[in-house]
Amino acid sequence: MRDVAVIGIGMIKWGELWEKSLRTIFVEAALNAIDDAGVDHIDSMYVGCMSSGLFVGQEHLGALLADYLGIAPVSAVRVESACASGGAAFRQGFIEVASGMSDIVLVGGVEKMTDVSGGGATFALSTAADQEYEVYNGVTFPGLYAMMARAHMERYGTTRKQLAQVAVKNHENGSKNPHAQFQMKITVDQVINSVMIADPLTILDCSPITDGAAAAILCPLEVARKISKKPVVKVKSSSAATDSIAIHQRKDITHLQAAEDAAAKAYKLAGVEPSDVDLAEVHDCFTIAEICAIEALGFVEKGKGGSATEAGETAIGGRIPINPSGGLKAKGHPVGATGVAQICEVVTQLRGDAGERQVENARIGLTQNMGGTCASCVVHILEVA
Amino acid sequence: MSTSARYWREIPQRYRLEAGKCSGCGAIWFPPRLVCKECGKREFEVVNLPDRGKVQTFTVIRVPPSEFCDQAPYALGVIELENGVLLQCQIADCSPDELSVGMPVRIEFRKIKEEGEAGIICYGYKAVPVRE
Amino acid sequence: MAGIVGYGAYAPRYRIKVEEIAKVWGTDAESYKRGLRLEEKSVPGLDQDVITMSVEAARNALKRARIDPKKIGAVYIGSESHPYAVKPSGTVVGEAIGATPDVHCADFEFACKAGTEGMFVALGLIEAGKMEYALAIGADTSQGAPSDALEYSTAAGAAAFIFGTKDVIAEVTHTFSYMTDTPDFWRREYMHYPRHAGRFTGAPAYFKHIKGAAKAIMEISGKKPEDFAHVVFHQPNGKFPTTVGKQLGFKPQQLETGLLCPRLGNTYSGSSPMGLTAVLDVAKPGEEILMVSYGSGAGSDAFIYRITEKITEVQGLAPKTTDYLDRNKVYIDYGTYAKLRKKIRMGE
Repeated sequence: MRDVAVIGIGMIKWGELWEKSLRTIFVEAALNAIDDAGVDHIDSMYVGCMSSGLFVGQEHLGALLADYLGIAPVSAVRVESACASGGAAFRQGFIEVASGMSDIVLVGGVEKMTDVSGGGATFALSTAADQEYEVYNGVTFPGLYAMMARAHMERYGTTRKQLAQVAVKNHENGSKNPHAQFQMKITVDQVINSVMIADPLTILDCSPITDGAAAAILCPLEVARKISKKPVVKVKSSSAATDSIAIHQRKDITHLQAAEDAAAKAYKLAGVEPSDVDLAEVHDCFTIAEICAIEALGFVEKGKGGSATEAGETAIGGRIPINPSGGLKAKGHPVGATGVAQICEVVTQLRGDAGERQVENARIGLTQNMGGTCASCVVHILEVA
Repeated sequence: MSTSARYWREIPQRYRLEAGKCSGCGAIWFPPRLVCKECGKREFEVVNLPDRGKVQTFTVIRVPPSEFCDQAPYALGVIELENGVLLQCQIADCSPDELSVGMPVRIEFRKIKEEGEAGIICYGYKAVPVRE
Repeated sequence: MAGIVGYGAYAPRYRIKVEEIAKVWGTDAESYKRGLRLEEKSVPGLDQDVITMSVEAARNALKRARIDPKKIGAVYIGSESHPYAVKPSGTVVGEAIGATPDVHCADFEFACKAGTEGMFVALGLIEAGKMEYALAIGADTSQGAPSDALEYSTAAGAAAFIFGTKDVIAEVTHTFSYMTDTPDFWRREYMHYPRHAGRFTGAPAYFKHIKGAAKAIMEISGKKPEDFAHVVFHQPNGKFPTTVGKQLGFKPQQLETGLLCPRLGNTYSGSSPMGLTAVLDVAKPGEEILMVSYGSGAGSDAFIYRITEKITEVQGLAPKTTDYLDRNKVYIDYGTYAKLRKKIRMGE
């Protein structure tokens, strides 16, 4: 296997992009990545997208987007793993470069979510859960995470305030990210007193509906060292794991087993420990998700995710900064784009280009992107080469 | 909209809580599987799950999927049945402030949803509090 | 002798008081309470219909019968509110209780008499030796038009009976049916609410048919009113059965146990069957029970039951009818009632 580097990243401002179509936002992000990398061609492309079929009625994204990006006839396929589609697409790109099959691979993630009604979006997202044994009974994603939150609170004493603190911290970070959907700060009281969605989670515990795209360009590390004019970021390891799709079929509803499994492999392949990681972008689709994720990734002890967050350990400047980009909560969560955007943020941080939200002396960064209630999980560890 | 076949083929589970008991390790899977997740065996006998259990965790759905709009707010939980099997379903006949972890429940046959005014009526299981 | 081997009832927990309905329409609640002996009625939840209530009542009957559901040869459901206009309720119930596929299913409709109609046919099949067990259910989620007098009584509930010849708890010693074409109440296809003929539903309809059937069955059986420990009549309100009982020579105490209407409402096809389940819950070996249903259109089915020694073994095996009537009930306001009964026009 060849060592692989990220030589280009491309983001756009996320939000409710009423005037822009799926193909437009994708091409904008991809062009930003191509310009950032300074490459003159692309050998292959992967597109992470969860549900363009349900959101905009469009499947077959590989061909469509390669055409509009002007890179046809190269190979281009869509990768789907629910909300982990972006991370999974990045992993496919990594494998293709590492294997020697291609040299310059573009990985993009995209989701255009506002072309359907709220009910339509709820339905599309719910397809990531077990249709026959969860969704059939009327559950929603906020509902599933709410049940995980309730169980976590019962077992570990995690408090309503600690959940809220995740959102407060991520909005604080998002306020420093020009690409973020939300750039306003919020308070714990605002979170707790906002509209209840699925007890105990309120609307400010939930990531928003977002239109967005992100892209990254991968190439062999040796090539990157030759052509890149920016600090080279190496992909130290890539791993993925799966778990039962329905939360009630898991041994421990409070634990993201797939995240632990994927992380264990990623740490081993990279030869690092959780304590070596300088920052992480984790999948905070709901406040409880970040608490469970940092526990599964080994940044905090099991059950201590809430108290660590409350103590400021996960803030920029804290022991282990989590989601300096603002996370899914503030940056937005265009589901298929999220995993790629996490890579973009870590690369930005490792290059030292994160401005006001820069984590000092960042050398090693981790991304954790999960599908559904973590029935699939992709973890990447990146390092300044 | 899907055809009624998709609903129909789940009837043994939805109506009678039919599960698969692994002939190798005795693990019970609901819904039944073709391969035991515990031991890998592929032989199962059909067993019916008990109709009593307790609430392991719960929520109250206040922003429902469109098919459930008229029912909201409604409670939903993970139920641990008497034999340890877990399932997820609505908790009916219960106001949000009555819910608690560990609450004893019984499984009842209820209407889950309707596929519009002219579509099929979908039935299944819900938990109801045992108040005796 | 053939008879009932297991029985069970079911009623939803929601109740609305006569006062609450009267408040909305500006009527005098006392006239319904004193005049018709109505206090409150049951209301089904959004997730309850004839099929769900029938399944629960049938499961209670199975608990008492202690039989393998595969041995049930017929599932009959009588109702005027089958959830589908076309597609049987019986197959869903049969599937849910595990009686399918070697079973005969039929849905009956005969206004409030459909439940006893199913019982009559089930009993006949057992007596003919066609099958080992037959299940008959009377269930309804009946609707009265808003502001109509019926709105104060139309309720929801179900009662299920398994007939057989082994371990019988209530032998059916006599039956009698009495029918004429009497248009006192009807609902045309595609109409949401029924219509009725006002005071014409009394003397020439309810009273004539109940008395016709009751007098005939007492005559063929040689029984007198005082021979019965309990008597159950169809109960569209609390007053009609009390009056017809008095006219036939029964004492109020004989009607008391089976008279559920004042606190349950009229469960239509479930009405006299649920009254019978309440009686069976407390009946003693050797007692005789008279039951007379009434369905508009019009007709009455009459049954005489003789309780056996077996009854005491099964009474406690499933919830009693009064448990459903008295426990866990929740009072709702008219707005909630309108929502639960889908009287509110929703957006797309």
